[in-house]
Order: sequence, then structure tokens, then C-alpha cells
Amino acid sequence: MLIKKPEDIKSSEITDEKAYLNRRLFMRGAVLAASTAATGLLYRSLTASSRRTTTEEATAVESAPTPSLSIEGEKLTSLEAITHYNNFYEFSTSKQAVAEKAEGFISRPWTISVEGLVNKPKIFDIDDLIKLNPPEDRVYRLRCVEGWSMVIPWLGFPLAALLKQVEPNSAARFVEFTTLLDPDRMPNQRTSVLDWPYVEGLRLDEALHPLTLLAVGLYGKTLPPQNGAPLRLVVPWKYGFKSIKSIVKIRLVEDQPPTTWNDQAPGEYGFYSNVNPQVDHPRWSQKRERRIGEFGQRDTLLFNGYADEVAGLYEGMDLKVYY
Amino acid sequence: MKEIGFAKLVVFVNSIVPLLLLGWDGLRGDLGANPLEFVTHTTGTLTLVFLLISLAVTPLRKTLGQPWMIKLRRMTGLFAFFYGCLHLMTYLWFDKFFNIAEIGRDTIKRPFITLGMASFFLMLPLALTSTNKMVKRLGGRRWNRLHRLVYLAAIAGVIHYWMLVKADTRIPLAFGAVLAVLLIYRALAAFFKRRLPAQEPSENL
Repeated sequence: MLIKKPEDIKSSEITDEKAYLNRRLFMRGAVLAASTAATGLLYRSLTASSRRTTTEEATAVESAPTPSLSIEGEKLTSLEAITHYNNFYEFSTSKQAVAEKAEGFISRPWTISVEGLVNKPKIFDIDDLIKLNPPEDRVYRLRCVEGWSMVIPWLGFPLAALLKQVEPNSAARFVEFTTLLDPDRMPNQRTSVLDWPYVEGLRLDEALHPLTLLAVGLYGKTLPPQNGAPLRLVVPWKYGFKSIKSIVKIRLVEDQPPTTWNDQAPGEYGFYSNVNPQVDHPRWSQKRERRIGEFGQRDTLLFNGYADEVAGLYEGMDLKVYY
Repeated sequence: MKEIGFAKLVVFVNSIVPLLLLGWDGLRGDLGANPLEFVTHTTGTLTLVFLLISLAVTPLRKTLGQPWMIKLRRMTGLFAFFYGCLHLMTYLWFDKFFNIAEIGRDTIKRPFITLGMASFFLMLPLALTSTNKMVKRLGGRRWNRLHRLVYLAAIAGVIHYWMLVKADTRIPLAFGAVLAVLLIYRALAAFFKRRLPAQEPSENL
């Protein structure tokens, strides 16, 4: 064993106390700073950042105003919020992360097949479809089943206009919608979070209602990917998940079609899913909602405030049974 | 490791980093379109993270052979309680605006709220008895037994999270998996502790 006796150690080899303390202090500072930085980075990477993305590809869309079908007197939700707080599970289950994940999504060329129980089935190119049906301005409330809401200035045309062009036959009673299935472009479709592709449905009379919109833009520009480019449904009196995004197929059918969230949790998400403060989600109340951009909460209105227009569709139906 | 004071400082500073960043983002208006939801989810997640860290201290110190690490356990547990307080506060204030009747109804009617409340009130006595004085007053054995409530608090907390999400259960399941490992470790440790001394005499026969 080689243990130096004290007298063997030259005095020059002994670190003097001051230097030792300085070195120790330096090391401690480094450990503290490095660990703090690592924790901060970990926090940043785990909490979905609200990194701002720009939607440069959006081009202006010409529109004709239709004041009677728009709501008035409610403040529009900011474009920033509308485009950075999205439920679009094909890209991410984090609402803050969808914009970033959907950046660069290519929505041209794009076709929509309108088929099923119709006299004139047709595959429409998106740009031809927009030429055939000039978009209108529609300011609608949007109420998410999660308990938040927005006011969104959509650009779109009534679904009824498209359906008239394909002439549903007398056997058609429901309309089934399908989102694009393409995991290369919608990466979260590689997970089994939902049963892809996303499908939704409406009763034919709901689909033909003048409020039911096929949106192609918002705030005067083409739809950003995160909001359902290039074509999405907007049914303002139903919870947001009914308003299916990035549609590739519209099919007229005889029987009530399966719908994604209803398959996922039948006790929580009904086929109708009309906004109704009297029917709670099994896990949370639907009596109130938080309007994005506001601190407090407001009362949720029956049919999201569109009762005058749509209550007639459900006359005689028990809305607690057909939720 | 003799430098426990410094180790505690490192743990403390790192534990408040998320709070500082949350506050910083809040002041700059960088919490996204629904800041109150973001704060609720983040503080809830942090509560579970610190609960799991506090439960990991004992297995880590034993497997790494670093007995001094026990000195860090109280602080991590108290941070779990601290973030739990913030999480509960966001619910009571921003979601219910201190409407006591509605909070009561919600707690009874909605299992995920019931479990969240249960988790918090299971942590409360642990935080209150976390001082050296209280350990002495209760006696180590009784104190240890009381603090086993943390297992229930963590289980309730993970189920609370799992019940809340709509479809993407991957993160709550990950929390559940980590918790399961930490609990199985304890079950095995207790099993072998009981088995081994009992076997020794029989082997001697």
C-alpha cells in the first residue's frame, strides 16, 4: 500500500484551502445550473408548447355575406386561438400541438366522393366544388363536448346545395362522412387512439338544414390544415366532434351509420350529440362552458343557441334518450 | 455523500422550476388558447410526477446503496402536496368559482372528481405530520403506518387522471405502470422480509 506519510507530501502539492473551496463552489454552481436547465428543458418538451406557426399557404376566399344565418353581437374568437387550440386526433391528442403537427399538410389535389343512395354519384375535385358552390360568410358558435366554446367566422356553402347536385333517392335517410385515411400525412393515425378513419353521420333532414355547412375557409382565408383542410363539416348546434374534418367521402345510406366517438364510448357520445345543458356528459357537467378568451364561464344554451332554427327537427324525441 | 444540504438545494431548485416556467409563461400570455385548462392539467400532472418521485426514493436508495437519499424524500412528498394544492385551487376557483354546493354535487356525482378529492385528502394528513416533531410525537412505527396512505393517494391520483382523458390513455397508463413497479417492489420487499427470517431457523434444524 502506498500511503504517503504527511512529511512525504510536498507543500506545493497540497491544494490550498481557498482554491479547494473555490473549486467546490464552482462545481456546485455547475451542478445546480445544469440540473436546472435539464429540468426546464424537460418541462418544455413535455408540456405541449404553444409555439406559433404561420399559415402562409392560406389564400383569400371570395364570399357573399349571409347575415341572416350568422350570429351577431358576440365577439369573434381570435384567429390565433382558433388555429392553435384544435381537437384533431389524426395529428395529435394535444390541442396545443395540432397546429405544429399539421403544418405542411398537403390538401391539393383533393377529391370528395359523393356516393351511395343517389341518382348522380360523383367524385368532385375540391376546387371545382368550390367553383360550383360559392362560399358564404357564416359566423357560428362552436361548442366542444369538453366544455369550451368559440365564435368562428367560417366560409362555406350549405351541405344541402351539394346533396341537391347528386340527387339523393327516396331510400336515403342518413348521410355518412369519412375523413382521409393516410398515416403518412396524418401521423397520429399510426396510433390506435381512435378507430381510423374518423367517421361521422347525420340524419338526412339534419344534413339538409340550411345551417349545416361545408366549410372551406375561416377568417376570409382557406382552411388551415389544423382546422380540417380542405373541406370540413360544421353543424353548429351539435358538439364539435360531429363536425368532421378533411372529408374525402360523403355517402347517402339507409341505416344510421356508425360514428367514431359513439363506437369509442357509446355511453358518453350519442349519435345525435346535440348541445344540451340538461344532459350531462357522464364524467362532467354540460351546464356551462368557457368561451375561449374569457376568464369566467357562461351558461350553455339548448342546441347551442340555435333552438329556434333546429328544435323542430327533434319534435317528440326524448333528448335524454337520444343524446 | 456528506453534502446533504447541497443535495437538498438541488432538489428544491429543480422542483420549483416547473412552477417558475408556468408563472413566466402565464405572465407572457403564453399558456395557449385555454390558459386555465393548461394550468389545471399541468399542476395535476406535476402532482403525480412528484408523488411517483417520492415513492421512488426508497427503492432507489436501497438498490443504489445510497442511504442518505432518504433525506430527500420529505421534500419531494411536500412538493407533490404543494402542486396538489395548486391543482385543487384551479378547480375550486377557475372551474367552480368557489360554489360550494356545486363542488359538493360534483364530488359526489363524478367519480373522477371523487378520486381526485380523495387523493388530496389522503395527502393532507401526510403533509401535516411531515415535521420531525410530528414523527417523534407519533412514534416511528405509527408514523410509518400512517404514511402508507401515500400508496392510496397515488393510486387514486392515477385513476383520476385515467378517467379524465377521452381516448388517449397512454400517459395515464405510463403513470400507472411506473406506480405499479414501485408498489410491486414494496410488496416483494415486504414478502421477502417476512419470509427470510422465518426460513432461517427451519434451515438450521
